Amino acid sequence: MLGNIHQAFQGVWHHKLRSFLTMLGIIIGIAAIITIVSTIKGTNDQIKENLIGSGNNVVVVSLHQGDYQMDLSDGQRPEDVSVISEETRQSLEALEGVSAVSLFRQRQWGAQVMYRGTEYNGYTLGVDEHYFPVYGYRLCYGRSFLPEDRSENRKVAVMDAQAVASLFPGENAVGKVLEIKGEPFTVIGVVERSSKFRPVIETMSDYYMYANESSGSVFLTEQGWEIVFSFDEPQNAAVKAESTDAMTTAGKTVADHLTAKQIRDAKNSNYSYKSADLLQQAEQLQSMSDSTNKLLIWIAGISLLVGGIGVMNIMLVSVSERTHEIGLKKALGAKRRRILGQFLTEASVLTSLGGLLGILGGIGLAKLLSSAMNTPTAISIPAIIVAAAFSILIGLIFGLLPAMKAARMNPIDALRRE
Amino acid sequence: MILTMDKICKSYYRGKNEVPVLHDICLSVNKGDYLAIMGPSGSGKSTLMNIIGCLDKPSSGVYRLEGEDIAARKDNALAELRNKYIGFIFQSFYLMPSMSALENVALPLMYAGVPKKERLERAKEALQGVGLADRMKFLPNQLSGGQCQRVAIARAMAGRPALLLADEPTGALDTASGDQIMDLFDEINAAGSTIIMITHEPSIAARAKTVCHIRDGRLSVPGEEVQ
Repeated sequence: MLGNIHQAFQGVWHHKLRSFLTMLGIIIGIAAIITIVSTIKGTNDQIKENLIGSGNNVVVVSLHQGDYQMDLSDGQRPEDVSVISEETRQSLEALEGVSAVSLFRQRQWGAQVMYRGTEYNGYTLGVDEHYFPVYGYRLCYGRSFLPEDRSENRKVAVMDAQAVASLFPGENAVGKVLEIKGEPFTVIGVVERSSKFRPVIETMSDYYMYANESSGSVFLTEQGWEIVFSFDEPQNAAVKAESTDAMTTAGKTVADHLTAKQIRDAKNSNYSYKSADLLQQAEQLQSMSDSTNKLLIWIAGISLLVGGIGVMNIMLVSVSERTHEIGLKKALGAKRRRILGQFLTEASVLTSLGGLLGILGGIGLAKLLSSAMNTPTAISIPAIIVAAAFSILIGLIFGLLPAMKAARMNPIDALRRE
Repeated sequence: MILTMDKICKSYYRGKNEVPVLHDICLSVNKGDYLAIMGPSGSGKSTLMNIIGCLDKPSSGVYRLEGEDIAARKDNALAELRNKYIGFIFQSFYLMPSMSALENVALPLMYAGVPKKERLERAKEALQGVGLADRMKFLPNQLSGGQCQRVAIARAMAGRPALLLADEPTGALDTASGDQIMDLFDEINAAGSTIIMITHEPSIAARAKTVCHIRDGRLSVPGEEVQ
């Protein structure tokens, strides 16, 4: 066996150019698959990271009607649901796995935020004083909300960097006056997520927003919100969990607690509080990107098929070139199995070398792609193992016919043939 | 008795036509014999040699090699018989070009399942026996024709076969190297090995103890009546 492998390597080395050209199909196929799988894995890892949040472990618990998140933009208010009180908020913070809770209201569409006739298309939020610490926002410039802003019902707004970029790019936002449902709000400060410049992605719709291009958020105080939108609208809760692992359970506990407490006749009600199960959402998104990319893998598989046929072809050439050798070996007493093994070994050495080069090429290509097109990639070890095993398998499959041809040769004919 | 042939016939089919090549060959070879089979080309001597070497099977008749009837044997079983009982020596040596002299000689021992250490030891002895102890690591293309044929003889001897079967062993050599090979055959035979040699050169055939002639597929053995 070892002798076979040694001999096969010698053979491959002896016909360097021919071996390389034969391997090319395998190299391209394996490289393509490794590149695709790395890109898929990179994208998936990023989706997961984005959805779960950049390390601040926040789960949003929001009011649902049936399976859908309540859309309150048309001003309708669910009558069975009451506004969450400060005492309730504090009791939520005492729940297991929960480190902090912020209450906020939010509009994505129909908030009617204008600046000099231009409508703003991002999120508008009414937040309590816990919101910025929970999400880990930090001030870029200007100032944040003061207790007086709340107690004196000042019409002031804080924006994030993306919102500033979409409404008045390159300008100082502080002092600008936004019109919200006809009411003037003065911008007092600009904030950003403190944990790097990562998009704020907590839900599926957030993800799609980001995919299009995130347009940012405008923040008002609860009191400011109540001036322009309805004052008795139920809030959402942003729950900061003690750890990433605790996110799902913390979200669920808070949701159950709120459903029980805030919704009249909760058992028979169509309303409920639900937490965004981020891990599950991440998996959904991943499976979507998987299914499109699986198609690509099949296409790359065709290259492997073509490569395999090339290997079969060159092995047939090799068998007829070595007719004398086969004849001699059989005359000296080599059995069929031995000749078969020799050529199968040679074919799989050829394809596994091709596979190895393909893996290296694929890793290189994935890295090149990620730096050139700024897409995430992650090298998948299982994919590499599977690719290596698969390339050996291709050698065995496509080497079988030539090897059988060699093994069945009649020694007289083989020796006599010139 | 190393081999016995009883009324061996062989014919080939060219399309639907039966072309007879060998007719009722009877031959027996004892241990220590040194036999030359002479004949012009087309006489059937290659076919006869293939049958003796278990590379081919007769159409009819009984061939026993070391008492074993080869008729019922299939491809793999014939390979086993060849490996065990027959040492081939070919006109154009047929050495593996990528292997050293030593590895070439050890090759049939590998097929016999001899462990690596032992087979290298035995190959070394065989090479010493043909006077090539100092050429063991050489590749065939670094050796002269006569040396190559001596490597081939060592390869044939290494498995200690019952029979050495040589097909035109000097056909590719100059006279001087050819003579050396024939001297070597004499030595080997004197040491007890049985040799069957096929040739069309009378001077080479004359070196054997017994010379048989084959013509039109019929073999005449001296001392026996021509049938």
